[in-house]
Amino acid sequence: MPAILLDTVFNPWDELQSYQEKHLQAGRYGATATFVGTMRDFNIDDSVSHMTLEHYPAMTQNFLDKLCAQSREKFALDDCLIIHRYGDIKPNEPIVLTVAWSAHRAQAFDACRYLMEELKARAPFWKKEITAGGERWVHDELRSSEK
Amino acid sequence: MSIEVQFFASLRESLGKQQVTLGYSDGLDVQAVWQQASDGAAMPDNTLCAINMEYVKTETPVNDGDEVAFFPPVTGG
Repeated sequence: MPAILLDTVFNPWDELQSYQEKHLQAGRYGATATFVGTMRDFNIDDSVSHMTLEHYPAMTQNFLDKLCAQSREKFALDDCLIIHRYGDIKPNEPIVLTVAWSAHRAQAFDACRYLMEELKARAPFWKKEITAGGERWVHDELRSSEK
Repeated sequence: MSIEVQFFASLRESLGKQQVTLGYSDGLDVQAVWQQASDGAAMPDNTLCAINMEYVKTETPVNDGDEVAFFPPVTGG
């Protein structure tokens, strides 16, 4: 149940398959719920050429590790996985992958959503977007349109 | 006898500093650490605070050797 922070482009489907083959026991899980967050090329009516994702490395790792452990217990998961980018990111590149494996679909769906909502609400990452008008931090006002 | 203070994202840019080391004294809380580390700047209303990588409130006491961090609302995912 790792949380992995990467500063390079990753393929979420390859990562999911690789982790599942290495760490999940075939026949034990019946549901796999997945979320992939991808960078858009627009936000608040502006074109965004790229962004930089800053984080607080030790706290981010600590928070996401605990979130994985807590979610595994809360939803009786077989396992879960979080991969999150940091650094420079271009449109269409994956930013985040969350995966929840469980015996039945309800726990997997609920856990996958919980992982993402907790991550977005509390994991210490900060997006800075680069637009034609310059750089801007994606603060509270901008977040209201992200859901 | 010291405290490491870190600022992130827009707070780092507005204060013009990323890391500050303060001397420790009895009775310090997070608000007092901000005042010293920011040279008296007003703390933005939406500032989040952490001690040793756990979220805390501004009135939380700070101990010798702690790492205190200040940052704006998070926007990951």
